[in-house]
Amino acid sequence: MPELERHEFDVLVIGAGGAGLRAAIEAREHGVRTAVVCKSLFGKAHTVMAEGGIAAAMGNANASDDWRVHFRDTMRGGKFLNNWRMAELHAREAPDRVWELETYGALFDRTADGRISQRNFGGHEYPRLAHVGDRTGLELIRSLQQKVVSLQQEDFARTGDHESALRVFAECTVTDLLLDGDRIAGAFGYWRESGRFVLFTAPAVILATGGIGKSFKVTSNSWEYTGDGHALALRAGASLINMEFVQFHPTGMVWPPSVKGILVTESVRGDGGVLRNSEGSRFMFGYVPSVFKDKYADDEAEADRWYADPENNRRPPELLPRDEVARAINSEVKAGRGSEHGGVFLDVSTRLPAEEIERRLPSMHHQFKELADVDITAEPMEVGPTCHYVMGGVEVDPDTAASSVPGLFAAGEVSGGMHGSNRLGGNSLSDLLVFGRRAGAGAAEYVRTLTTRPVPPEQALAAAEHTALVPFSGASGENPYTLHVELQQAMNDLVGIIRTAGEMERALERLAELRRRAEAVTVEGHRQFNPGWHLALDLRNMLLVSECVARAALLRTESRGGHTRDDHPRMDPDWRRTLLVCRATADGVTVTEQPQVPIRDDLLALFEHTELQKYLTGDELTGRSGTGS
Amino acid sequence: MGYQGRFRVWRGDADGGELRDFTVEVNEGEVVLDVVHRIQATQAPDLAVRWNCKAGKCGSCSAEINGRPRLLCMTRMSVFTESETVTVTPMRAFPVIRDLVTDVSFNYEKAREVPSFSPPEDLAPGDYRMSQVDVARSQEFRKCIECFLCQDTCHVVRDHEENKASFAGPRFLMRVAELEMHPLDTADRVDAAQSAHGLGMCNITKCCTEVCPEHIKITDNALIPMKERVADRRYDPVVWLGDKIFRRR
Amino acid sequence: MTAGQDARGRAEIGARTLRTDRWWLQSALTAAALGAFVVYATFRAFANTAYYSAPYVSPFYSPCLAANCLPGSGELHLVGQWWTLSPALLILVFPLGFRMTCYYYRKAYYRAFWASPPACAVAEPHARYSGETRFPLILNNAHRYFFYAGLVFNVILTYDAVIAFRDADGEWGHAGLGTLVLLANAALLWLYSLSCHSCRHVVGGRLKHFSRHPLRYRAWTWVSKLNGHHMRWAWLSLFSVAFADLYVSLVASGTITDPRFF
Repeated sequence: MPELERHEFDVLVIGAGGAGLRAAIEAREHGVRTAVVCKSLFGKAHTVMAEGGIAAAMGNANASDDWRVHFRDTMRGGKFLNNWRMAELHAREAPDRVWELETYGALFDRTADGRISQRNFGGHEYPRLAHVGDRTGLELIRSLQQKVVSLQQEDFARTGDHESALRVFAECTVTDLLLDGDRIAGAFGYWRESGRFVLFTAPAVILATGGIGKSFKVTSNSWEYTGDGHALALRAGASLINMEFVQFHPTGMVWPPSVKGILVTESVRGDGGVLRNSEGSRFMFGYVPSVFKDKYADDEAEADRWYADPENNRRPPELLPRDEVARAINSEVKAGRGSEHGGVFLDVSTRLPAEEIERRLPSMHHQFKELADVDITAEPMEVGPTCHYVMGGVEVDPDTAASSVPGLFAAGEVSGGMHGSNRLGGNSLSDLLVFGRRAGAGAAEYVRTLTTRPVPPEQALAAAEHTALVPFSGASGENPYTLHVELQQAMNDLVGIIRTAGEMERALERLAELRRRAEAVTVEGHRQFNPGWHLALDLRNMLLVSECVARAALLRTESRGGHTRDDHPRMDPDWRRTLLVCRATADGVTVTEQPQVPIRDDLLALFEHTELQKYLTGDELTGRSGTGS
Repeated sequence: MGYQGRFRVWRGDADGGELRDFTVEVNEGEVVLDVVHRIQATQAPDLAVRWNCKAGKCGSCSAEINGRPRLLCMTRMSVFTESETVTVTPMRAFPVIRDLVTDVSFNYEKAREVPSFSPPEDLAPGDYRMSQVDVARSQEFRKCIECFLCQDTCHVVRDHEENKASFAGPRFLMRVAELEMHPLDTADRVDAAQSAHGLGMCNITKCCTEVCPEHIKITDNALIPMKERVADRRYDPVVWLGDKIFRRR
Repeated sequence: MTAGQDARGRAEIGARTLRTDRWWLQSALTAAALGAFVVYATFRAFANTAYYSAPYVSPFYSPCLAANCLPGSGELHLVGQWWTLSPALLILVFPLGFRMTCYYYRKAYYRAFWASPPACAVAEPHARYSGETRFPLILNNAHRYFFYAGLVFNVILTYDAVIAFRDADGEWGHAGLGTLVLLANAALLWLYSLSCHSCRHVVGGRLKHFSRHPLRYRAWTWVSKLNGHHMRWAWLSLFSVAFADLYVSLVASGTITDPRFF
């Protein structure tokens, strides 16, 4: 292949969001030559869409907060399905990761004594989210981006070349990982701009590609979220866990149609916004599940008092974890108590003065004003659930972020386990930083221990190139845009927020059909910046990952977190001990059961016995009578 | 409700191109990007357009609509009449790649030329203390989504390619101001603002502020305050003398 | 036309601008208004007549510093008999300089007179551009000194407004329409000067840590609010100066009589 552009690095990071950039920074600081490849321009990653904040138990707003409380909240939010070691590392390390951002130049909102201000969020016992208004994700991505630039400036001073140790390949898509035997040897991709192919030879690859939301019709995710990392990992032989758990954020915009799904930050509720149905009732009081009864207010009066006096009152039910709120909104709309455009009303205008809303929620104010002609300082917003986050992802070692494939690492949304069956708001940004850093260190360490460097086999390159060019020779006339729309509709309707066995079986049939049609997809034009071609290649990944979601969802016959089965509405402690693992086969995916590693005793001891009874089986609880009360 | 809208979209690459006419369905509540996507899905599948979040947060879909630099995703169709022809062209200050996509690498080069944040060396992470009033000014500049519309509209480089080497553009002069006003930044950035980043080229005609989708007051809050700081240092004999005598910074 | 928009590699569009609105209107209005002021001010500055009618003195001629000033229009004759031209010419350089170097007027005249640029995203007709890096435009950096001088003039014109509460014989307790005109003019000049960007810088903008200077921070916040409307104060004070002069000249020439309130 004469035209193939070739690069060699020690560590290749795929994805330039929070996890990818933090991983790249760490790898470069460990002294290995690192590259970042991203589909968008540098600094445009989906992380910019994160609004509310970074959860970290710094205890600035309430000194009682510490990592143990954060750990407990995370496990409760994930309904105890979380990989406890990840949840522990996350809770312990998040504060350091946030403080580190300040050394990169981040400017968080401040407390009166000059420390980082922290705000309330769903499922967090104390105000815990470090934030910058409602544009925290932008601050995070910009700070990391600027840190990358500062490292490049150091490298320039040392070597005369900005890119000698850390290089960013923007608008470049990876289509396949390359293996030498069972070890990672590099990655194959194309420049979006020119359509030319490029080979990255690298013994370690860190996946940081984010999620899969673009397989759903109503989503808060950007076009990049096509499950690339999930699919690359599957095809390289790694396993995915927890793919049945997809988080539907309770509050996305519902009107006008063109913005349906765009996120309305949870901070609106954290700062006092209330949910009402078309009858004007604050319906959330009717949806507090028994496991949370003692933590949430029973009536409006107590809920309203909580804002001023959180010590002596229980929290308003609007601040329940996202899965609960999303299901509640869904039920209200189904029961005919929805708004005109099929949502419910979220109102912050009655709680805060206009000026305060503009200060605390500037981008929400801007977004509704510009896109929907709604002034949130004076009137309620119409909101409804939107596909937001996939809890499932690559199964990794918690401490190093290594997958089962030697040389393959994963961090951020593309990795699985940390959030269990449901992620708490604010835990994503901290996840990116904690495990991004660990993946960077893990990959650098792995490279250092290698005695021989893997080499990508030439025939694998030819195969990758062939696969990438297939859409140009398709003759069926299948339009990638049409296929994409059909996939999104199927996933939304059949594998959405509420699921049944029958629907999932239909979904699998639909997916098989779409997959067959996708093999013959046809694109017009040439390779230079051709979005039709790009979508055709992304479709391959979306279809593969969607099948994982549907298959795993069909198998899990209980309701837990981001997986709600109408035909199995109860949470089953036996299922808590089981993970569903997806692996690729020649013609699709298989899903198998795998036992969950028992929670370490000292972590279990952080919970009261009565609470554990709600989640754990009798077997797991016997012999533990001495703990808690 | 819906109507057939008339569009003219520039198609081509660095070797040439032209405005092509499209008639396409427009529905209530849509933005220009929705319509461009519809053209892509139904009439011109290889129409190149850069976009990402579709919510005005990432700054990817910068282009020019009826000659004005704007984000495609934040320009609602309701601002046009149904009979109006809407012209969509790529940003004109940067080299074109294809159709609506331009090569914005100029901006990334300029970003590298601004020395990074330099906190006090003995300050440990976690010990940073800053007042809200002290960070508020720089926070405004950090709202920037790097859409580069200000760079596109600034006549210093838009109309004078030769100035690109010596002029950082509003976005990166604002970055200099952000760091200069950062309460914990220790670097001296004033001289470099004038010499290395070309602040003197700015004639404060405010087009950057006019196009900013984040409504950052680039001229009033970043560029003019920087010009005043440069004046302190270079053009004000009294301040200069005072600094010499009292050794202040 | 220029090497700019159609430089090699950029999209070949050709048109100077694709703007469909009346982008030239704002510049045209600015040019017309500023032009009219310049013509009027030049005429009046050289006129050397009808600038004083006790107790009113035209802002164009205050302070009146030459020996040839009309009796009563100024007491301090710093310039001797040798000066035979209009006394306005001795002082106008200061307010003129203040406005010429003002950040708002710079924008206005760069756009309206020099077409650099004529409007946003409309190509400018110049082959080269060096901004404010060279003589003479580099002198605009001296804005703060004109601001200080402007403050002195504000004090004098405020004094003029105050003494307009005396009647033609110097007795306190008078107020005519002219008093109001001079008072309004002085107020608008203060608003214009205090909303100036240099003022904003001097009172607090140059500080790195507001939290260590609470009083200056409060002043800066206040000036910043005014500064947000600097353009408005620039125009209103320009009109008021011209109008105050016109009013005094009409009264002084006997064209109208000053309505007296008390």
